[in-house]
Amino acid sequence: MLKKRIIPCLDVDNGRVVKGVNFIDLVDAGDPVEQAIIYNAEGADELCFLDITASSDNRDTLLEVVKKTAENCFIPLTVGGGVRNLEDISRLLHFGADKVSINTAAVDNIDLVAEAAKKYGSSTIVIAVDAKETAENQWKVFTHGGRKETNIDVVTYCNEVAKLGAGEILLTSMDRDGTKSGFDNKLLKAVTSKVNVPVIASGGVGNLSHLLDGILEGEASALLAASIFHFGEYSIGEVKRYLADNNIPVRI
Amino acid sequence: MNLAIINFGSGNLHSVHKAFESVSSDLSNPYNIIVTNDPKEIQSADKIVLPGVGAFGDCKNAILNIEGLHASLEVSVIKNKVPFMGICVGMQLLADLSYEFGTHSGFGWIPGEVRRITSPKEYKIPHMGWNEITFSDHKLFDNCEQGSDFYFVHSFYFQNQKSEHSIATTKYPDQITAAVCKENICGTQFHPEKSHINGKKIIHNFLDWKP
Repeated sequence: MLKKRIIPCLDVDNGRVVKGVNFIDLVDAGDPVEQAIIYNAEGADELCFLDITASSDNRDTLLEVVKKTAENCFIPLTVGGGVRNLEDISRLLHFGADKVSINTAAVDNIDLVAEAAKKYGSSTIVIAVDAKETAENQWKVFTHGGRKETNIDVVTYCNEVAKLGAGEILLTSMDRDGTKSGFDNKLLKAVTSKVNVPVIASGGVGNLSHLLDGILEGEASALLAASIFHFGEYSIGEVKRYLADNNIPVRI
Repeated sequence: MNLAIINFGSGNLHSVHKAFESVSSDLSNPYNIIVTNDPKEIQSADKIVLPGVGAFGDCKNAILNIEGLHASLEVSVIKNKVPFMGICVGMQLLADLSYEFGTHSGFGWIPGEVRRITSPKEYKIPHMGWNEITFSDHKLFDNCEQGSDFYFVHSFYFQNQKSEHSIATTKYPDQITAAVCKENICGTQFHPEKSHINGKKIIHNFLDWKP
């Protein structure tokens, strides 16, 4: 049976992990490569790096991180943040990313989704969607790291990018992100019930039952979390055992 | 010993290269691993790996567009029986034809066709993530446990004409081919280079394989 995937996500700024960490055996707590290696050993199903480096001049710092991670972690690695065009995708893949996530650039130029999927394969292209509830059961796409509202309906948009060749959708609830109050499962369900590609749930995880709800209520194919892992609240192993105890198929 | 990873511009070259290098470096006689599209280097290789992501037709055309590449593969793999491993689309290319975005002919090294996975709505396409396999007795699966998980990502699958060429299957929701083998030619639908410890076992077994 296909397993539900657990994906730890690291925010990387100028080649350094942004959020604090408490792993005792880390030589350098701010080194994303070291953290990736630990997550890999703990049984993460995939890894995700989100580059939040403000200046595009400093983006190359991420490439070295991607390269070293790919040399040490033999699980899929998704990299996103500031991906604007085919050249950006090509560079990340060349340095060892397995998938590249595109956010604002796909909204600005929807043709990029089809071009990227055709050139690199659907399996390589993740479309990241930042969603905010603007009226009851209505979600709009936001861009530029959530600062800019568009008039685009999330469900319609997800359907469109899936048809154009996106291999999966990374769906972040801006209402829930950072709140630790659980995924927006209504949003997740609205998308997973209409869109035929896998959906990764993101934004709001605070405890183990939130993860279970994302699968049972939101029907997500994969769960992405940052802070619950970074701050050592739960290990990947604990998450997986909890889900397995609740009859969710996971890779242990 | 030389191992050639065929470079026709496929996106996952780096991952495949690093995984093979990592496994090979633990051997008593590590392979000299080269990433190449040079027919001469390919013909002097003792093992050949063909990775592939993207659409079947695009991969096939990319190979045909590199002068002498397809011919050198035919000489090495078919005439000289050099052990060969295809990964994902690199495995699907072994088929007679594929129906992905039109109809395209493959290498025709293992009889069968590449068809779209048909599944009820709750089964998302692509088939993406870790899924367990059931395998038959084959060197490629030495030291692997039945039901081990491997990383898959694909929307099309290899329907073998002869069941003996399918050496492993997975379920999504029907039984689909997870690995193939015919004489010196093998291939996996899953990505050993992304399948953590289980994947490394497959790579190790391929490096050890003497068909």
